[in-house]
Amino acid sequence: MALLEVSGISKSFSGLKAVQNVTFEVPEGKIVGLIGPNGAGKTTCFNMIAGVYKPDTGTVTLNGVRINGKRPDEICRAGIGRTFQIVKPFAGLSVLDNVVVGALNAASSVSEARKKADEVLEILGLAPKRLQAASTLTLPDRKRLEVARALATQPKLLLLDEVMAGLRPTEVDQMVRVLLDLNKRGLTILLIEHVMRAVMALSGNIIVLHHGELISRGTPDQIAKDPKVLECYLGEEAL
Amino acid sequence: MKYLFEGVSRSALVLLALFFAALAAAPMFANDYLIVVLITILYFAYAGQCWNIMMGFAGQLSLGHALYVGLGAYVTAALYVKFGVSPWIGLFPALVIAGAVGAVIGFLAFRFGVSGVYFAILTIAFAEFARIGFDHFAWVGGAAGYFLPVANYTQNDFFNLRGSQHMFYYILLAMTVAAFVLCHLLLRSRAGYYWLAIRESPEAAEALGINIFRYKMYAVVLSAALTSLGGVIFAFFYNNLFPEQVFHISRSIELILGPIIGGIGTLFGPIVGAFLLTGLAEGLREVMLRLGIDLPGMKQVFYGICLLLVVMFLPDGVWPPLKKKLGLDRDTEKRGS
Repeated sequence: MALLEVSGISKSFSGLKAVQNVTFEVPEGKIVGLIGPNGAGKTTCFNMIAGVYKPDTGTVTLNGVRINGKRPDEICRAGIGRTFQIVKPFAGLSVLDNVVVGALNAASSVSEARKKADEVLEILGLAPKRLQAASTLTLPDRKRLEVARALATQPKLLLLDEVMAGLRPTEVDQMVRVLLDLNKRGLTILLIEHVMRAVMALSGNIIVLHHGELISRGTPDQIAKDPKVLECYLGEEAL
Repeated sequence: MKYLFEGVSRSALVLLALFFAALAAAPMFANDYLIVVLITILYFAYAGQCWNIMMGFAGQLSLGHALYVGLGAYVTAALYVKFGVSPWIGLFPALVIAGAVGAVIGFLAFRFGVSGVYFAILTIAFAEFARIGFDHFAWVGGAAGYFLPVANYTQNDFFNLRGSQHMFYYILLAMTVAAFVLCHLLLRSRAGYYWLAIRESPEAAEALGINIFRYKMYAVVLSAALTSLGGVIFAFFYNNLFPEQVFHISRSIELILGPIIGGIGTLFGPIVGAFLLTGLAEGLREVMLRLGIDLPGMKQVFYGICLLLVVMFLPDGVWPPLKKKLGLDRDTEKRGS
């Protein structure tokens, strides 16, 4: 049994079929990439896993327990942390307090949460900015803050929605190192990403969505050679 | 105790102690008129602090807080007049009733996704229900008003809240200090972090495992219940209650101007705002009186001008820049205070 099992989920928005009958799994301890062109339904998939939307059909299970239909906060407490593609920092709070809020999910006291938050900030390189208001951060730092906050909830599975977008190549490499390190320590990751350099470096397995349907899956090498994927997403130059 | 002062800078503590000492000593120097002004200030500081829990911390705008003041006032007054129940005992049913009404409003709003201005309108609607309802509630006098027996008290009857202005002053001072300390502790608690998170971004808060319905309910119920205690003092100090005054929307607005002008979401905002507004308004009245100018409605115009100036030049309220001036902002880890 895989940690996350998504089976036959679909979602329509007043007639528009955003996601249709998508099935995949994320085995424990792995990093899985979810790619596809804009509008392919990647974020909708995420939102169904994270409880923002209820799937019209299908089931989502975490460790064999059904989580579809639950509220986002219940799903977070069940062990899934997520980031938002359009970052949603608590702008008026300090960077540290942003992460403390996340850490309180698993911590039994505020002081314990602060300790955990400091650890996470260290990992993501945000420690020097811990007392700054989140509203003063640059976009790359806000992306890091999204990861830090989600990570602080101490999830079993981390959902990352385009956290590399807007990062410089060196920053992408740095983030890749951080994620690989976290993965080595046992964190399972499902990521949506357009930065191929990151997806290829991180993912053991890649799932490709197009027009709401799963069109391909496999290792990065297999995906890079799949004609269907090349046609709709990667383009000829990827060859 | 240690937890209480943790992270509070020494200069802030010294300033707080001086401020408190000045307030505690004030009745020795103040005449009757000034005491009444100070009582009004403390009343607004207390009620503003309670409102701030809902709006400043959890981001839920209530424009109907007069409802809870009125409930606290009517419940304790009726229990005292009809059954001779001491307000110190009567305040418990008042707390429960105000909290329950807050819970009903919160439940209706948060269950059905009513938020922002629509939530604010709902709070106005309930206050208006109460105003019209109490107008026709003959048991407590209806529109003709409800009165507490008044006599010249030679001694303070603390147990029944009958007595001198000084007694009310110190009770309100104690309540204001207690509310301040409570809010300070709340901000450092799990609930405080969760409320601020909900205020800043409900979606992100929910994604981090926060049951936003539950924590919004906590804020509303706590704010409503605590506000009703202000109503208890209101009833026993003024000794008369008219639905058209107590529950009127202008009362709700008056109550929230202090924290808005002082600084929403800050601990000192409601206190600073109350001092500024009431202090200046009373000062203005005094000056006008001396000059022989009689302009009814001057206070409202004055409130309007204050609000306008603050919105234009100090959008975060008076306290945040004042705090900087006083050199109390070095400890940036503390939010608020």
